[in-house]
Amino acid sequence: MSALLEIEGLDLYYGDAQALSEVSLSVDEGRIVAIVGANGAGKSSLIRTIAGIEKPRGGKVRFKGKDITGFESHATCNLGIGQVAEGRQIFPTLSVTENLEMGGLLPRAKSKARQTLEEVFAMFPRLAERRNQLAGTMSGGEQQMLAIGRCLMGQPELIMFDEPSLGLAPTIVQEVFRIIRALNARGMTILLVEQNVAVSLKISSTAYVLENGRIVMSGSGESLLHDDRVRQAYLGL
Amino acid sequence: MNPRARLLLGALLAVLLLLPAFASNYVISVATLILYFAFTGQAWNVMMGFAGQLSLGHSLYVGVGAYVAAAMFVNLGIGPWLGLWVAILVCMALGAAIGFLAFRFGISGVYFALLTIAFAEFTRVGFDHLQWTGGSGGLFLKVAQREQMDLLNFRGPPAMYYYAILALAAGALALCAWLLRSRAGYYWQAIRENEEAAQALGINTFRYKMFAVLISSAMTAVSGVFFAFYYNNLFPEQIFHISRSIEIILGPIIGGIGTLFGPVLGAFVLTVLADGITELLALFGVEVPGVKQVFYGVVLLGVVMFLPNGIWPSLAKKIGVGK
Repeated sequence: MSALLEIEGLDLYYGDAQALSEVSLSVDEGRIVAIVGANGAGKSSLIRTIAGIEKPRGGKVRFKGKDITGFESHATCNLGIGQVAEGRQIFPTLSVTENLEMGGLLPRAKSKARQTLEEVFAMFPRLAERRNQLAGTMSGGEQQMLAIGRCLMGQPELIMFDEPSLGLAPTIVQEVFRIIRALNARGMTILLVEQNVAVSLKISSTAYVLENGRIVMSGSGESLLHDDRVRQAYLGL
Repeated sequence: MNPRARLLLGALLAVLLLLPAFASNYVISVATLILYFAFTGQAWNVMMGFAGQLSLGHSLYVGVGAYVAAAMFVNLGIGPWLGLWVAILVCMALGAAIGFLAFRFGISGVYFALLTIAFAEFTRVGFDHLQWTGGSGGLFLKVAQREQMDLLNFRGPPAMYYYAILALAAGALALCAWLLRSRAGYYWQAIRENEEAAQALGINTFRYKMFAVLISSAMTAVSGVFFAFYYNNLFPEQIFHISRSIEIILGPIIGGIGTLFGPVLGAFVLTVLADGITELLALFGVEVPGVKQVFYGVVLLGVVMFLPNGIWPSLAKKIGVGK
């Protein structure tokens, strides 16, 4: 198994404040890799740097062996790095279908957009039922499914989820994690960033613990779940 | 566009084309003003209505476009057909400078609007002191011979100016209709709705915001050139003034931001009613300075309170035509 995404010694600053410090990790193809940590640990910053929205001061990002450090976000997207951003970020005044179509405009995905749209509707019957409804009028869970569907429209090879459980009811959270596992079962590689540590560790093959912009622990999801420090700090046990 | 909309648009165009045949010079001058604001409002709408970038300094492009073409004509004897292209290029360069500064360094929303005001303001001060264009004393073109038509120098009777601005307004409408259905139109919609999401989807937000600014500034430059050759006098204190920028954006706001026909309708409503009120008051022998501004304020207030999306969306629904 080869690494789809490799990160080496990544440093990110906002002005003088250091958000990431020598972060290194790798995401193998076909796996779910989780990055867990508290609020402000740098999880979103890490995703945004991989996506090309933030520019790192040092370090390397490699995707499929290619150095993509400092690439703009439209370039990383078109290479196959998809992103389901924090807080869902749908287009509220556009219909469900229009939202999805917006995700399929990438050069890599454009020719297959019509077919992918049907696949997304098949995967999320709720979205198909509501295809003409304005996205802003849907529930939080439905919006999250729309955000995931829209990301799939871009034919990603890696999907980065930024806090997919944020602000959702517990049953919906379970549903979202079920979807993530289902996507993974179809061969999709997933990088999951979450505050919901217990579930993330349970479904991930590898996990990293991020604290104050540094990776302080890593291992299999299972082993971290039983690690005393993790249990104390993040699971309150 | 549905058949009904097609029919109405055709009828409107026919009336406008035939207008000089039966209308008085006064009506033509009002119609010219309406079309001028429709065209300029359409240009502004590309930036704000389509791409969501608020400019409160569009008088910059009107003024620079007007001054470049007029100064070339008056001082160098170069006709407006060449001056027009120079004006467009200069305005696009200015737009590119503002856009680059703002979008590269993440200035958006209100701060972007402030930047556009700042550019218009310091350009106004600059032109106040630029002796080549007459400084604060103004720049004057020789008033056109009304009987003679001199297309090469864009001098002629009112009907010539009317047809020119009609062609521009119609052309802008067609251009915007095409743009909205293009890839850029979709991307602008995404950027306007949620820029963060647009970026996460892989849209090159910098490029498409710049594209909107460049198109808008080029179009507004053209309206500046028209302004110079129609009014024949330019003063920095007037043409670059912020009230001019506000005047430009009132039409699209009242008509409907982001709609194709909103700028046209807004220009019509504002110009006709403002002129009507002035005329009506004059009829009763009352002359109140600033009545136009009060009127603008009242109309704006009414639209914001009762039709927050502008007049056009609800009117379009009533007469059964699409957006």
